Amino acid sequence: MTDQRSQAEIVRRSLKARYRKELRFRAYGILAIAIALSALVVLFADIIGKGYTGFIKTTITMEVPLDGEMMYLDDATDARQLKNADFVEPLLQALIKQVPGANQDDKDAVRDLLNPYASIELRNILKAHPDWLGTTQTITVLAHTDVDVYVKHAGDDAYSIKLTERQQRWVDQLLEKGVVDTSFNDVLFSNGDSRDPSRAGVLGAIVGSLLTMFVTLVLSFPIGIAAAIYLEEFAPQNKFTDFIEVNINNLAAVPSIIFGLLGLAVFINLFGLPRSVPFVGGLVLTLMTLPTIIISSRAAIKSVPPSIREAAEGIGASKMQVVLHHVLPLAMPGMLTGSIIGMAQALGETAPLLLIGMVAFIVDVPTGFFDSATVLPVQVFLWAGSPELAFIERASAAIMVLLTFLISMNALAVWLRKRLERRW
Amino acid sequence: MQSSTLLLLTLVLALVAYGLGYARSRSLAMPLGGIRHLKSLPFYYGARAALWCVIPGLLVLVSWAAFQDKVIQTLVIGSLPQDMVPDSEGEASLLLSKISNVASGALPPAFVDGPIAAAAERLESLRQQSQFLMSSLVISVTVLAGFLGWVRVGPRVNARAQVESILKWLFFSCAALAILTTMGIIFSVAFETFRFFQQISFIEFFFGTNWSPQTALRADQVAAQGAFGMIPLFTGTLLISAIAMVVAVPVGLLSAIYLSEYANKRVRGVVKPLLEMLAGIPTVVYGFFAALTVAPFIADFAASLGIDASSQSALAAGGVMGIMIIPFVSSLSDDVINAVPQTLRDGSLALGATQSETMKKVIFPAALPGIMGGILLAVSRAIGETMIVVMAAGLAANLTANPLETVTTVTVQIVTLLTGDQEFDSAKTLAAFALGAMLFLATLLLNVVALKIVRKYREQYD
Repeated sequence: MTDQRSQAEIVRRSLKARYRKELRFRAYGILAIAIALSALVVLFADIIGKGYTGFIKTTITMEVPLDGEMMYLDDATDARQLKNADFVEPLLQALIKQVPGANQDDKDAVRDLLNPYASIELRNILKAHPDWLGTTQTITVLAHTDVDVYVKHAGDDAYSIKLTERQQRWVDQLLEKGVVDTSFNDVLFSNGDSRDPSRAGVLGAIVGSLLTMFVTLVLSFPIGIAAAIYLEEFAPQNKFTDFIEVNINNLAAVPSIIFGLLGLAVFINLFGLPRSVPFVGGLVLTLMTLPTIIISSRAAIKSVPPSIREAAEGIGASKMQVVLHHVLPLAMPGMLTGSIIGMAQALGETAPLLLIGMVAFIVDVPTGFFDSATVLPVQVFLWAGSPELAFIERASAAIMVLLTFLISMNALAVWLRKRLERRW
Repeated sequence: MQSSTLLLLTLVLALVAYGLGYARSRSLAMPLGGIRHLKSLPFYYGARAALWCVIPGLLVLVSWAAFQDKVIQTLVIGSLPQDMVPDSEGEASLLLSKISNVASGALPPAFVDGPIAAAAERLESLRQQSQFLMSSLVISVTVLAGFLGWVRVGPRVNARAQVESILKWLFFSCAALAILTTMGIIFSVAFETFRFFQQISFIEFFFGTNWSPQTALRADQVAAQGAFGMIPLFTGTLLISAIAMVVAVPVGLLSAIYLSEYANKRVRGVVKPLLEMLAGIPTVVYGFFAALTVAPFIADFAASLGIDASSQSALAAGGVMGIMIIPFVSSLSDDVINAVPQTLRDGSLALGATQSETMKKVIFPAALPGIMGGILLAVSRAIGETMIVVMAAGLAANLTANPLETVTTVTVQIVTLLTGDQEFDSAKTLAAFALGAMLFLATLLLNVVALKIVRKYREQYD
């Protein structure tokens, strides 16, 4: 009897240990998920924390006397006079008036608060309103990048404040008076790249991305679908078809930078196409996204039930008619979702574009497929590598713009799938 | 005429051909008593005429446009006087850019030598001739072929079968593009690699432990003898990949196990897409995160422990890359675990095993080959990953196993060698292609093996 009891004891004990193990194993799983999700949260929090200030700009608003004599300008409609006139002086005088305790001797120190671009802004204002000459107007101009950094990051050790202590006091006082103010950074969405962080924007990169994506979409979608149709519907079962299939699967796993090498060697060196243009970028990304689109389109074609094909064949349709009139429309939703996901990948791709020269510093917003351009992820890369810390918040802001595009594309794919999904 | 206008014109001509073919087939059918006496529907006659029209025209247009610059450049260089013909490709490209600058008017002809100004003129006239020839050739081919297609519309002609077979060939060529791409990769990389090995010996490349690709720009320059030993690059790549796998494999595998075996439908429905979001984030964002947040954090943390850490450490790049790869590992393992038949699970549970014991002793061993295949694919992805390492790993080739030190990788070197100014026949730029070849071969090998394993394993239960 004692023997049996001890056996039960052993079993109970080992059961306890086994259940503990079970719990521990479960906890490991939860822990793993927690680690992965917390990485996601930290990543997003970090980007947003770094980047939200990128959406804010610092401006100076003041009463500017548009005195013709001071600007050496007596007719604001004359283009040549506008070109040569002095637009710094009126801004400077207006600002000196606002700064408590500053006089004409402090001109240089006060000028450092104004953005170098402010005089161009003023010229554009006068160009638009020539009749304002001789009057005094309330005008808002960009503050200097150093002021911008000071206003946003005064307590942050990571940012070096370049203003002198006296200038810092001034900015504090101007902030209190409301002369220096912060507002939504529309410059970010209306400008191309710039060496001056306060004037740098992502418009050029967004347009470049759109042009590149257009080329990619126009090429990869039809080609991908055609290839998928061939492989799924027409291809004979032979060695060559197998070879094509193996190739597609391998291409899907080839590192993206290899496609950059291909683009450099073939499109640029062999065919002599220009560097850093959306057209070549689109070609390279097409080759890269094709496998993704082909694989997902094949899955979509496969999911169309054979009964539909048989019914169409039964009333005398040719193979091609079956495919184009019956299978393709039914498989289209699946192909679309696959293509959107492929396009999202292409939109976020950077490495192959670096090799075909899309890393150039480009100020202008591109207007065509053969204009030098950059794309959003490359813009992020360029700004992230900039020694000026003020670019970091712009890079984070650009990342947020990029992620917004990507998340909405993915949401669109999910929505399409939910909306158009059919059960047979 | 510009290529784009020409393209548009070809398409317009094709439309015209479609309309004419359609109309002709109808008018031919009229005396016979309606379109039911035609072999095919009028649509197919129109489509046939359009295809006849557009395909030869496009072929001529594309092949001409692809090669005209190269041919013209060769002709221009060939027309230069004997003593000015460049001996190297780098010189040739310099000379060509000078000539085209003169031709485009960016550089006044007075600023350059006589022969160059003459070459610029020649370039300009050749370009015009070529454009003219191309335009007339494309248009005449298009019109002629379209006319032939139109003439051959007849009630006995099986236009549908012809159109369908052309379409089928078109579909086939789209599928064959994959092969063309692979061949393009192999040839472009192999060719430059071959030229690289003409300058640098195999032994130095494969067994050298010193990588400093700065080569002399001029022959008489001192202290710029490049060294091309790839061992430090490969150890750096392997170190970072290993760190990435240490992060990604346990986390990815355990979350896949939890999601497939324990989690209820609702948790799975929320967590899975969130995990997959990690895969959808662009690599440049991870690079930004690694370089600006993780690397400084690691350096500070190590400093607070009194350990010396570089500001660009392998640990930062590898760790963040691991996070990127988590969803890759987890979704592949998830697939494989789900493919293990329920009967195995039920049998084990019926014998009294707990869920974790079933998982560890029955399902995991059964799924192991598939999981290994997935992990190999993940390794291949880690080796080929570029942006994270470009931004967060260093540039200095460093033969070390210390994750706190800076290392460089193959992909980083490819990017740094090929961005910025370059001449196209120096060992420095060719080295990038040699590295690309090694990268391609390494990842290809891993992929082929991994895909084989995954496929073979899946067939076992089907």
